[in-house]
Amino acid sequence: MIAFNKYYSHFNLLSSILIVVSLLLLIFKGLNFGIDFKGGTLIELRASDSKINVSSLRDRFNQMDLGDVSVKKFGNDTDFLVKFENKDNKKNIIEEIKTNLDKSFGNNYDFRRVENVGPKVSAELLKSGVIAISLSLALMLIYIWIRFEWQFSLGAILALFHDVIVTLGVFSLFSLEINLSIIAAVLTIVGYSMNDTVVIFDRVRENLRKYSDIKIFELTNISINETLSRTIITSATTLLALLAIYLFGGEILKGFSLAMILGVIFGTYSSIYIANTVLVRLRVSQKTVLREDDQK
Amino acid sequence: MLYFSKLRILFITIFSVLFILIASSNLFKFDDSFFDKKINLGLDLQGGSYLLLEIDNEPVIEQKLQNLTTTIRNYFKEKNIKINNITIENQNIFFNVIDNDKQSILDVFQDENSDLNPYYPRFKSHQLEIEDTGLNIKVNFSKQGLIKLKTSSQDQAIEIVRRRVDEVGTNEPNILKRGNNRILVELPGLDDPMRIKSLLGKTANLTFRFVTNDENDRFGVENLKFENSLEEATVSKRIIISGENLLDAQPKMDTQNNQTIVSFTLDRVGAKRFGKATSTGIGKQLAIVLDGKIISAPVVRDTIASGSGQISGGFTFQSATDLALLLRSGALPAPLEIIEERTVGPDLGQDSINAGMIALAIGFMLVIFFMFVKYKFFGLITNVTLIVNLFILLGVLTLFEATLTLPGIAGIILTVGMAVDANVLIFERIKEELKDETNNILAFDGGYTKSRTAILDANITTLLAAIILFFMGSGPVKGFAVTLGVGIFTTLFSVYFIARLFTSIYVARNKDKEKLI
Repeated sequence: MIAFNKYYSHFNLLSSILIVVSLLLLIFKGLNFGIDFKGGTLIELRASDSKINVSSLRDRFNQMDLGDVSVKKFGNDTDFLVKFENKDNKKNIIEEIKTNLDKSFGNNYDFRRVENVGPKVSAELLKSGVIAISLSLALMLIYIWIRFEWQFSLGAILALFHDVIVTLGVFSLFSLEINLSIIAAVLTIVGYSMNDTVVIFDRVRENLRKYSDIKIFELTNISINETLSRTIITSATTLLALLAIYLFGGEILKGFSLAMILGVIFGTYSSIYIANTVLVRLRVSQKTVLREDDQK
Repeated sequence: MLYFSKLRILFITIFSVLFILIASSNLFKFDDSFFDKKINLGLDLQGGSYLLLEIDNEPVIEQKLQNLTTTIRNYFKEKNIKINNITIENQNIFFNVIDNDKQSILDVFQDENSDLNPYYPRFKSHQLEIEDTGLNIKVNFSKQGLIKLKTSSQDQAIEIVRRRVDEVGTNEPNILKRGNNRILVELPGLDDPMRIKSLLGKTANLTFRFVTNDENDRFGVENLKFENSLEEATVSKRIIISGENLLDAQPKMDTQNNQTIVSFTLDRVGAKRFGKATSTGIGKQLAIVLDGKIISAPVVRDTIASGSGQISGGFTFQSATDLALLLRSGALPAPLEIIEERTVGPDLGQDSINAGMIALAIGFMLVIFFMFVKYKFFGLITNVTLIVNLFILLGVLTLFEATLTLPGIAGIILTVGMAVDANVLIFERIKEELKDETNNILAFDGGYTKSRTAILDANITTLLAAIILFFMGSGPVKGFAVTLGVGIFTTLFSVYFIARLFTSIYVARNKDKEKLI
């Protein structure tokens, strides 16, 4: 048996630091919103001429008076991602850009993807993203509140907040782009983290009923160990699947799978080191679960 | 728990085979229409264009208010009630009344069966709201009035949009209402939406009006710019004929001077009016105005009674074709703005499909290999279940002809990764049971019973996340929610029916085996 409980306070401290640092990052550095949430135009461009590279593209685009233009390589050497604000929401902007690029590069490039999100739509998408995440947290709270005692709910929700905040913190730290698929990833993380916590909690509660003489400090450790092999296998297969998406699923899914990978790691960690320590700190005992049973 | 009746086995087999067959209809052609279904590929996979249009209702509201002032004025004139200084400001109509008439005016607006202020009998709310500030009365659209106005302009607009898109002839366009002032246009297979965008961006409001020098024209005048030059002309506001009078419009080559023109045919009312105007207006310039710009202003040389004519204006063949198309499909009730556009080229779509499939294959193999190494025979059971699960999932998606997107493929891969969870929970539980339990069959039973709540909880939480995502998410992300959500059900089915069937057979045959798992 691994003594997970030996490190409860160490990891609580670590988690607190992680959360504080993430919050500071989110407040002061903020998130790098993509055009889905900020509005603007995105062009994925494939070049068939080696003359076309990041700097020549940047030169061309900067001459077009589009405001802040970002040009990046996308996946391999011939693919580029160009983003700009399109502040005035010009109508025929794509046409203009094409004529302009034709002048310097002829026909040696191809627009593989064009996205243009107006300011109204991006504001709405951001709003519905925030609502979706809040709603999912609220629903999880209600679900776990129905299924478990309040101490458990608190533990699970704290673990959830930790996972969401720290994942977003990592995205802020490395300025990774937040787009619609990241919201999907965050929601899935919420589901996954909850899933992981609930499995351990289920065992904790079962053990609470079984053993009246074991303190919660010990009991959580027993429960974590009993479910450990499941935790490892499920996390491993999920991570393997996600790794496959990250490495082979193409550039578009990179951000999504990265967020999910982080979420699964944090979710697994928080089930053990946050959810359970809340039970310990709240001195959950056999009485906690038996009282509920009486009521039923 | 261990026992599976023959009927149940039959049911499980039929169910699984059915869905595997449906899933395989994506690869083969079936004669039977029930099996011949295919998963729809989302725009991000097959390539295509997604356009979200917003109707700008401001001009419609202005126009309606303008008409209303005339209606109100005439209405009270008939009743011999005096109203003065009728003006429009910030989408409100203001007018002054004298004290004696005030009550009767208010009564007209507040009467439940008022013909000036309708809607009450149907919506329990009037079309217009009236606010009385002393002797100045303010009238504007009520909430209900605005909703009605917006939905009706949306109804008209979607009809016109459909006609224009159909005329261009893209395959299977999808045109849907969004809210009460938006229209969603999905154009599969279209990798350059430039032409459609420019066609949808035009209101195509066509009018024929005389150029005039008379500043005191009875209908008022306005200065309009020419489409192709910086010149201006003063044009009467009196409309001779408008786009509504057109029956047909076609691009043509004018053989005399080798110019591209648009020839048009008028309906009876239009032909009559056009004939009359051209007979009285010989020598005058008739301006052809499209969306507030003069295309051309030819001089009337002869009476045109045939009800057909032509528009010239330095067109290329393409622009003449487009103008003819716009005129044929009719004018939009209000300008449209493209507020969101997402276009994916077909080769990127194909690349995404390939990448998704490779990721799925590799993810699948990694998970299968891992499970086999970890659990040996039980791993094999899990793996068979996993394969059947994948097919059933594809089968369900095919049956409902769901739309598969790139995030949707990610959802399938993720389902593969998470689907082992339930089986692992069960097997681990059986292992634990075996520590105190010598009877293999009882341990097996215990494993299934005791793991049930955890499995249920775990899947419900993921399902909740998927449901929220389905309702809040848009486009490709919705596809992810669908595969993730459907995946949960197929996983539970395959775990509790297929995997359990195999496990029970194995346990029954090895009930005395020392090390079961």
